Amino acid sequence: MTQVSTTQAGPRIKVPMAMLAELTHRCPLACPYCSNPVDMVGRSGELSTQEWTNVFRQAADLGVLHLHLSGGEPAARPDLEELVAASTEAELYSNLITSGVGLTAARLEKLAANGLDHLQLSLQGIDHETADLYGGYRGGFDKKIAVAGWTVALGLPLTINAVMHRHNLPTLDRMIDLAVELGARRLEVATVQFHGWAEKNKAALMPTREQVQKAGETVHAARLRLKGVLVIDYVPADYYATYPKACMGGWASTSLNVAPDGQVLPCHAAPTIPWLTFDNVRERPLKEIWTHSEAFNSFRGDEWMQEPCRSCARKAVDFGGCRCQAMALAGDAAATDPACSKSPLHADLLAAAEVASGTRDADLIYRRMATPKQLARTQNA
Amino acid sequence: MTTEFPETARPRLLKGVRSRFDQARDTWLLLAPERTLELDAVAAAILAEVDGERSFSEIVDILAAKYNAPKERISADVRTFLSSLVERRMLEVDVP
Ligand code: SF4
Ligand code: SF4
Repeated sequence: MTQVSTTQAGPRIKVPMAMLAELTHRCPLACPYCSNPVDMVGRSGELSTQEWTNVFRQAADLGVLHLHLSGGEPAARPDLEELVAASTEAELYSNLITSGVGLTAARLEKLAANGLDHLQLSLQGIDHETADLYGGYRGGFDKKIAVAGWTVALGLPLTINAVMHRHNLPTLDRMIDLAVELGARRLEVATVQFHGWAEKNKAALMPTREQVQKAGETVHAARLRLKGVLVIDYVPADYYATYPKACMGGWASTSLNVAPDGQVLPCHAAPTIPWLTFDNVRERPLKEIWTHSEAFNSFRGDEWMQEPCRSCARKAVDFGGCRCQAMALAGDAAATDPACSKSPLHADLLAAAEVASGTRDADLIYRRMATPKQLARTQNA
Repeated sequence: MTTEFPETARPRLLKGVRSRFDQARDTWLLLAPERTLELDAVAAAILAEVDGERSFSEIVDILAAKYNAPKERISADVRTFLSSLVERRMLEVDVP
């Protein structure tokens, strides 16, 4: 028995394992580190129930196993129950990634009855005060605790997803205990990634080097202590690491994202690479997009790599890191991820991270949908 | 850590953990939250007998008869595989 990576379907193109369906960008919360793009899709642009159902079927035919129903807040879609049924019908393993807000006991019961396989609940903090502050939504914490209770009562597997940053990292121990108390089977400790809205909040959220080191030790100890009780997956902060993360398990190799309007992306931050063009499920079959889309093929394999990645032994391990981070920090999506210690930009990045992590009183910029007025302003800019 | 499996313990897959045959990859898989395990022939054979009703010793007996193999070896295989699933929070045992 082995953990499945992916099976070759051709020399370079693999069979994808997972699809993230961003059902909507609408969300009652306003997390300052939300991974949604700063320009979000409004309700009227969203794919219909019928369209999503069709995409799920195509994904299953393509070999996708896990379907992540995400957002925004997927519960903002009144047809979520139908969409879960469609996923079950397509024989996909469905995972609802939710803030909990918008779910009721009755809705959850219906979701379970329609075949929902797993629920992943975000927790922004360990109590009212911090969770509601970082979620930007009053009363969010109570709601989440209730949703956790209903999920466990239905027997569904519960994952707690905790995004950690400078302000809440000191409470990591308590977060782990809370996950156990809530009956979670799995905890995802994800150090904030500086894409989307988080980029705007670097100074406010950047953890310190000591915090990151301590978090690693805390997770390690908890894993040993909680073996057989709680599975902990940990996404460490990569700025202070020696090597970057194997972002997405390699570009266009294990998974794909479908945005609310049907655009198919290799990862949620891909549109930050300005020259990439994306296909839409409204215009092209999913399989064709996976195989032929320019965006997917741009960083498949390793021919696109530059030095130091090109001649590095780790290129098959981390694939040169994150393309979107290379874009954001090096100004070139094909560059070595500056999170890598071999990148010529690494020293600067590290210095900047240390400065950011020492910033006091930086205000949080909360995620919000642009008002038509603001949109006009950005378009004119 | 190996989980204790008293002979009478009844293993069962937790809700949200299920096996299926995958056409695209031509193999049996075990799907669980954020995990996909490829099941080799031994693992698939063991899981086929895990139904929440059968006890550990019954499962071993069935497999020993089916594959005409010594019980001690089967018992060790079943124990190792099932405890790895317990550690991953995919399986629990009901001890009567
Ligand atoms: S990160 Fe926060 S704001 Fe963004 S979709 Fe999730 S819950 Fe909503
Ligand atoms: S040089 Fe490139 S391939 Fe080598 S470790 Fe750094 S990012 Fe990975």
